[in-house]
Amino acid sequence: MTTHTSKQQALSHLDWLESEAIYILREVAGQCSNPVLLFSGGKDSLCILRLAEKAFRPGRFPFPLMHIDTGHNYKEVIDFRDQRAAELGERLIVRSVEDSMQRGTVVLKSADESRNKHQSVTLLEAIEEFGFDCCIGGARRDEEKARAKERIMSFRDEFGQWDPKNQRPELWNLYNARSHKGENIRAFPISNWTEMDVWQYIEREKLALPSIYFAHQRDVVMRGGSIVPVNVPLVNGDIANPAKAGEDIINMQVRFRTVGDISCTAPVLSDADSIEKIVLETATSTITERGATRLDDQTSDASMEQRKKEGYF
Amino acid sequence: MTTNHTPHNDSLLRFMTCGSVDDGKSTLIGRLLFDSKTILADTLTQMSRTSEKRGLSAVDLSLLTDGLQAEREQGITIDVAYRYFSTGTRKYIIADAPGHEQYTRNMVTAASTANLAIILIDARRGVLTQTRRHSYLAHLVGIQHIVVAVNKMDLVNYDQASYDKICADYLAFAKEIGLAQARDIRFIPISALAGDMLVDRLGNMNWYQGATLLEILEKAPAAHTENQEVFRFPVQFVCRPHASADAELHDYRGFMGRIESGEIAVGDAVTVLPNGYQSKVKAIQLGEANLNSAKTEQSVTLLLEDEIDTSRGDMIVKTSEAKEPVKQIDAFVCWLSETPLSTARSYIIRHTTRESKAKVSAIQYKVDVNTLEQQASSDLKMNDIARISFKLAQALMVDSYSVNHATGAFIVIDESTNNTVGAGMIV
Ligand SMILES: Nc1nc2c(ncn2[C@@H]2O[C@H](COP(=O)(O)OP(=O)(O)O)[C@@H](O)[C@H]2O)c(=O)[nH]1
Repeated sequence: MTTHTSKQQALSHLDWLESEAIYILREVAGQCSNPVLLFSGGKDSLCILRLAEKAFRPGRFPFPLMHIDTGHNYKEVIDFRDQRAAELGERLIVRSVEDSMQRGTVVLKSADESRNKHQSVTLLEAIEEFGFDCCIGGARRDEEKARAKERIMSFRDEFGQWDPKNQRPELWNLYNARSHKGENIRAFPISNWTEMDVWQYIEREKLALPSIYFAHQRDVVMRGGSIVPVNVPLVNGDIANPAKAGEDIINMQVRFRTVGDISCTAPVLSDADSIEKIVLETATSTITERGATRLDDQTSDASMEQRKKEGYF
Repeated sequence: MTTNHTPHNDSLLRFMTCGSVDDGKSTLIGRLLFDSKTILADTLTQMSRTSEKRGLSAVDLSLLTDGLQAEREQGITIDVAYRYFSTGTRKYIIADAPGHEQYTRNMVTAASTANLAIILIDARRGVLTQTRRHSYLAHLVGIQHIVVAVNKMDLVNYDQASYDKICADYLAFAKEIGLAQARDIRFIPISALAGDMLVDRLGNMNWYQGATLLEILEKAPAAHTENQEVFRFPVQFVCRPHASADAELHDYRGFMGRIESGEIAVGDAVTVLPNGYQSKVKAIQLGEANLNSAKTEQSVTLLLEDEIDTSRGDMIVKTSEAKEPVKQIDAFVCWLSETPLSTARSYIIRHTTRESKAKVSAIQYKVDVNTLEQQASSDLKMNDIARISFKLAQALMVDSYSVNHATGAFIVIDESTNNTVGAGMIV
């Protein structure tokens, strides 16, 4: 254990953001009877795990971790997810979109359709199965226009729907996470963080990340102006995103800025192989995180809003 | 595109913008984001596409800030939006509240977390009823720093006399409502459209020697750094690991919360309210670190010397600063819900981390936010502000809002819907 004294000065922006996030996590623990922390193995949720440690240790987390697995996730990320949960000694629940497909509650239009948006169905099924009254997530307001007005405690009705006109005003730090049975709160402790803040926090706290966040060689093709990873090995031994006939496979040095379903997360060209270099690259980046890497958000300005109304995280 | 970010922001400032429709709020925010290079390339492409679709020739910076489809269809903004930018020395969180008359509640919401407000005035129109309303609300919610930005100076030929007159008018009114005496007010002439006096000086207003808007923002004190404050620590969560095998943790009982004001050090004598138990601080923890002392806005865990039965909703204070909890409060309340206040019903009041049932004992008067007149009233509708007396089922340790926002503020919750229906500031 270390000892340091604090000066009578304003907190640094990272300390302030950290403190706010810890406060929000403790409010969830204090107000909700059965919360869950959504954990994907991605950088935002890894920050939240670190924040949860700071919020609740030496006690255990007052909630389990849960991942909604599309079955099309990078193996490196899934392995990392399991390893991290084991290190923390916390309970990890995994529910998969493929189970929903088998139940017939998720029907893909085509085999290679992005499974990302179908996560909502599996999430709602899991919420019902466990009776969760609050899901803690890593969404940030700077990610996308439709999120700029998102509450820290966002209310969802019985169908998991987000109604922008029916959200509770949030004043001071008096968060209202009350819900009736069947309703649900989505809590976003890092709402006020930007992508840069997340990287700086990872750097400061020396957080480990899945390897695909760092520059590595990867087989890709160019489709519609995006870099698309192909022939990706899955946990179950299958291959996702096979290259189409006639496509030129290029081996490029890339890294991921966000990780999610393989079919909708594109990497960026990069030689940043350390957190330090990523922070620098982020500072000089000319493209926003989602714009660069989320193939499913590019369809329309309002697509995120639409998906949120339907219960997407 | 180059950038002026460096990975070191020393502090954080939360501010809000207020103005009537078309005063240039969106343009101003767009400009700040743009000039601080946080508008990244793809957002710009998206914007120019949308501008083209709407038949606009130039990229409309205000498109950066208009949010939801539902709003775009109606051509208005309906809610508070939060934006972020950083300069390398500071991170900023902007609360952008729409200026429509009916949106008092949005403004109060945005103001509740802001330490500075930019009040926009159209140079051609001067101080309007709306300006008064915004200023009164900023005053009521206790925003410390007011920046009056006289916008669209290009449309009055950057004329100093017009600017001076607006400043004089504003100051006269600010004195009338006590704002000038209580707060730090600054004036600045700008053209949000041209980007003059925001980040850059374009040479059109050499008669103005004061700071640019960004310079004002960079130097504005962060919250809680200006005054001595009493120590207030609402308990959010009690940590009892129950690790019977671990000798060190066996009796561990940590009181977790955020320091809402003041400072605390190991060894300080504390009292836990409402019960009044006394003890001393044995340790202060933040993550794996043990601190000798901690200060406002830090989320920490306090360990006390004595085994005291304490739970969420209790408040730890320094024994020398303890106050008697009360069951009767007077407050200014802004009503937030479409369902009017009912004096017959009981509500839940959430104050810090504690909740209590409450009933209205009297609506003393309503404040007309345009004329600031007090009116007798028996009801309270959405966007109304009134001074109200409440009876509480449980005692709360409160401070006056003007002295301490965290222990002077509360929200009113309707138990049947669980909605947040009112915002209160204790007199
Ligand atoms: N000439 C001039 N026009 C401005 C200025 N600031 C804003 N405008 C214009 O005023 C109109 C309303 O601005 P907007 O930012 O949408 O106002 P809001 O309703 O307060 O957000 C737009 O057409 C802007 O281009 C300015 O400094 N000079």
